[in-house]
Amino acid sequence: MIKESKKEPTNASYSKTIEAGDYWMHVIKQGETFRILDLQGNQAVDTIFYSAANPAERYSATDTIREQGNVYLTAGSILLSTQGNVLMEITADTCGRHDTLGGACASESNTIRYSLDKKCMHSCRDSWLLAIAEQDLFDMSKRDITHNINFFMNVPVTQGGGLTFEDGISDAGNYVEMIAYMDTIVMISNCPQLNNPCNAYDPTPIEVLIWEAE
Amino acid sequence: MQLTDENLIYSETFPGGAHWSMRMSAGNALRLVDIAGGANVAMLMVNPENTLEKYNMPDTLKGQHTFKLTQGNSLYSDMGRVMCSIVEDTFGWHDTATGTCNRRLVESRWGKSSYQQDRNAYLRNGRDSFLIELGKYGLGQRDLAANLNLFSRIDVDQAGDLVWSKTQSQAGDAVTLRFEMDAIVVFHTCPHPLNPAVDYPRKPIRYEIRKLPYPAEDDECRLLRPESGRAFENTRLYQLAKGITDDQRK
Repeated sequence: MIKESKKEPTNASYSKTIEAGDYWMHVIKQGETFRILDLQGNQAVDTIFYSAANPAERYSATDTIREQGNVYLTAGSILLSTQGNVLMEITADTCGRHDTLGGACASESNTIRYSLDKKCMHSCRDSWLLAIAEQDLFDMSKRDITHNINFFMNVPVTQGGGLTFEDGISDAGNYVEMIAYMDTIVMISNCPQLNNPCNAYDPTPIEVLIWEAE
Repeated sequence: MQLTDENLIYSETFPGGAHWSMRMSAGNALRLVDIAGGANVAMLMVNPENTLEKYNMPDTLKGQHTFKLTQGNSLYSDMGRVMCSIVEDTFGWHDTATGTCNRRLVESRWGKSSYQQDRNAYLRNGRDSFLIELGKYGLGQRDLAANLNLFSRIDVDQAGDLVWSKTQSQAGDAVTLRFEMDAIVVFHTCPHPLNPAVDYPRKPIRYEIRKLPYPAEDDECRLLRPESGRAFENTRLYQLAKGITDDQRK
């Protein structure tokens, strides 16, 4: 569902450009609004959310899609935690839908999907492993890397039970925006995947913006 | 797949609304049979040698371009390996995307229940069941991930809506998981979270442990897609690096 935001980027309390292949880890406070902006279009943004108070409570893809009764995320979607609490609600979306079934790329899954010699290509999981190693105040390990959201990524499920990876449906300037219901750690990998159309074979920068609670 | 008295190692009837776990060895298979129809077996799998390696729903689905699981599919870990492969399936469509029931869901759909009041007939839920079984191996909340829901079919319509299918498992339906590497298998028989039944469905299953031959070069699961062959090759490399030769696995 296309829904525009009334927020002005000039009023944001924080903004940062994240290059493809980099991670970003940040706490969004309860009541703050968080936007991910696809600067050049067709960029997949792999994202996991954790309760800042207790990171063992984190985003649950399965609970989120089951409770909303639909596999795609868009404006109005409530992002649920593994304990059934609300982490975020998507409040604006100019792309239209986002994936949460496809997971993140990793060296190992790249070997399955493309060829055994792709193991040395950069991947989202490598970015996250570096993130949790460097940002050690959160005391996370690989154990905490769970199923994520792929903002701006297009992974349709067919009625016959197939799963397909299609060209992105996001254009330059599209954004998705959400409000935090609790203090939430956001961990992003701006996806470096070069082997499929999720990034139009050309990973590009994104921008993240935060507005203070109203 | 040949089902014979010779390759049957163990067989047990297991009630609905209950949980259990076991360590399966590479080369053994777990065959599950829906005894009464309408069963649900929710399952997680973990590598006992490195419990950070687990069954991974997204990698399994995207690696085989599928939303449903059936015969020919393999179940991948997050480390790019085949943990087990589905060598028999008479049902045709198993869910792995919609998670498991929790305390809140069971209470709101099927009513309040407690051990104090109902003794061992109390209405168990899937999340607590997983936590109890995972705890036996030193694992917990941080290890919960998307599970299998064997014998439950969830359709997706054109708009992406999730629908409890009119087609569900019948009495006698069976699915067999052949393990390609050792795995801690954690499972429960609590209802699927989208099951609309008025009364808490308590559906028994039978599980069998069988010894199956090592997958041949023309194995159905190995040949399903090019991706499948590469996943089997990754598992082979894992065994070779441990010192287990191809001949020893056969």
